[in-house]
Amino acid sequence: MNDRKEKIKQFLSKLVRNHDLKDDEDIFALGFINSLAALQLVSFLEKEFGIAIEDDDLDFSNFNTLNNMDALLERKLATSAEV
Amino acid sequence: MSQQAPNSDPGMRVELSGAQREARLRFRRFAQEHVAPHAGGWDREGRVPPELIGRLRENGYLGAPLPVEVGGGGLDAITYGLLTEELARGCSSVRSLLTVHDMVALAVWRWGGRELKAQVGPHVARGELLCALALSEPEAGSDAAGVQTEARAAEGGYVLRGRKKWITYGQVADLFLALTRCEGKLTAFLVPADAEGFSRRPLGGIVGTRASLLAELEFDECFVPASHLVGRVGFGLSHVVGAALDHGRYSVAWGAVGIAQACLDACLEYTSTRKQFGVELAQHQLVQRKLTNMITDTRAARLLCYRAGYMRQVGDPGAASETLVAKYFASKAAVRAANDAVQLHGANGLTEDYPVARYLRDARVTEIIEGSTQIQQVSIARNPPGEL
Repeated sequence: MNDRKEKIKQFLSKLVRNHDLKDDEDIFALGFINSLAALQLVSFLEKEFGIAIEDDDLDFSNFNTLNNMDALLERKLATSAEV
Repeated sequence: MSQQAPNSDPGMRVELSGAQREARLRFRRFAQEHVAPHAGGWDREGRVPPELIGRLRENGYLGAPLPVEVGGGGLDAITYGLLTEELARGCSSVRSLLTVHDMVALAVWRWGGRELKAQVGPHVARGELLCALALSEPEAGSDAAGVQTEARAAEGGYVLRGRKKWITYGQVADLFLALTRCEGKLTAFLVPADAEGFSRRPLGGIVGTRASLLAELEFDECFVPASHLVGRVGFGLSHVVGAALDHGRYSVAWGAVGIAQACLDACLEYTSTRKQFGVELAQHQLVQRKLTNMITDTRAARLLCYRAGYMRQVGDPGAASETLVAKYFASKAAVRAANDAVQLHGANGLTEDYPVARYLRDARVTEIIEGSTQIQQVSIARNPPGEL
C-alpha cells in the first residue's frame, strides 16, 4: 500500500472502526460514511494532500475505495504540477 | 515535575488577536446602535426592515466569511463567530439572516459551477442578492433525505415541482438553494425568486425568531438552467447542503452564545437594581446560583465555539464534528440561560417590557434549527470529535 492510501486508511479508521479496509472495498456500500463523514473526507483529502476538490470531481467513483481516491489524487496532483 | 523558564512559550493560548478584539468592538457598537434597541419592535412587527438589511450589506456583514477575492468580507472563522454573537446578542432574527445567507453563499462558492459563480457569485458575496436555504418541507424536517420536491431534466436545464416550508427569509430572498430529488437522488439547485413557476407566501404565527420573514415556497413546473445545478446529481445533501448545514451549525452555535450573553447582561442589570426583602436580588444566594450557572454556561459555550472556529480556520477535517458539539452545547446553554433569565425577572420576565421572554423564544429555536438537539445527540455519538 502506498503512502497516500495508508494516510487515507488511517483517517478512515476513525470512521470505519474494527474493520481492516481493503484497497478496493466500497466505503459507501459498507455503510460507514454518513454525510458528515463525507464532508470530513473531502476536507481531509484537501488539507493532507494540498489539492482542491471541485464540483467536477463530485463522483462517487472518485471516493468509494482507497484505490479510487488514490487515483483521484494522482490526477489532481499531476494537474497541479503542470500548472 | 518539569519547570518552565520565565520567557518560554506557555503552550496553549486561548485569546483573541488585536484585530479580532477591534472587530468585536466594531460589531458590538453596530449591534448596540442599530440592532438591539429595535429588536423588540421588529419581533412584534414580525419583520426585520429593509433598512437594516441595507446596513448589514453596507458594512460587509452579508457574505462576510467569503474570501475577499470573490467579493466577500474575508473574515476568519473566529471573527465571523464574534460578528454572529454580537448580532444575536441584539436580535436573533438578524443573526438568522446572516446564517441563512452565508450558508448558501458558502455552498455555492464551494460547489457551484464556473458559470453559476460568474453569474451570481460576486452579488451573493456582497449581499446584493439575498440567499435562503430551501430544505424543509411539510413532511420533511429532521429527515432531510425525505424531501419530496422533484427535479427532472428538461431541455437546457431542470424543472422543479414541490413545496418547501419554514424557509427563513423566504419572503425576501433572491436566491434559494433547494434540495430536491433528481433521478431519485438528492440534488441541489439554486433557484432565482423570479424563475417561472416559483411562488411564495409569508408564514405567520411563528413564536421564535419572529422577525425572520419566514415563507412557504412552491415550485410549480419551475424551470432553472442547467448551470444552476449545484454540485452533481446525488451530492445535494452529502456535500452541498451538508456544507451549508455545517456552516449553519457554526453560526447558530455562536448565535446561541449571543443569546446566553444577552440573558446574562439583562440579569446582571435587573438583579443589581431590583430589591426584594430589603436587598438587591443579586444578594440572595439562590439568585447568585442562577447567575453563576449562566456565567459558566456562557463561557463554556463560547470556548467550544472558539475551539470549533480555530479548527475551521486551520482546515482541520474534524472541524465539522467539533462544530456539532459546540452547537449542541451552546443551544442548550442558551435555553437554560433564557429560562433562568425569565425566572429571575419574575412577572416582568413574561412581559414585553423586558427582552428576556423574547430571548427564551429565540433560544428554543436554536435547539431546533440546523439539526435538532436530538439529531445532534445521534450525530455526535456517531461522529465523535478527536482528541482535545
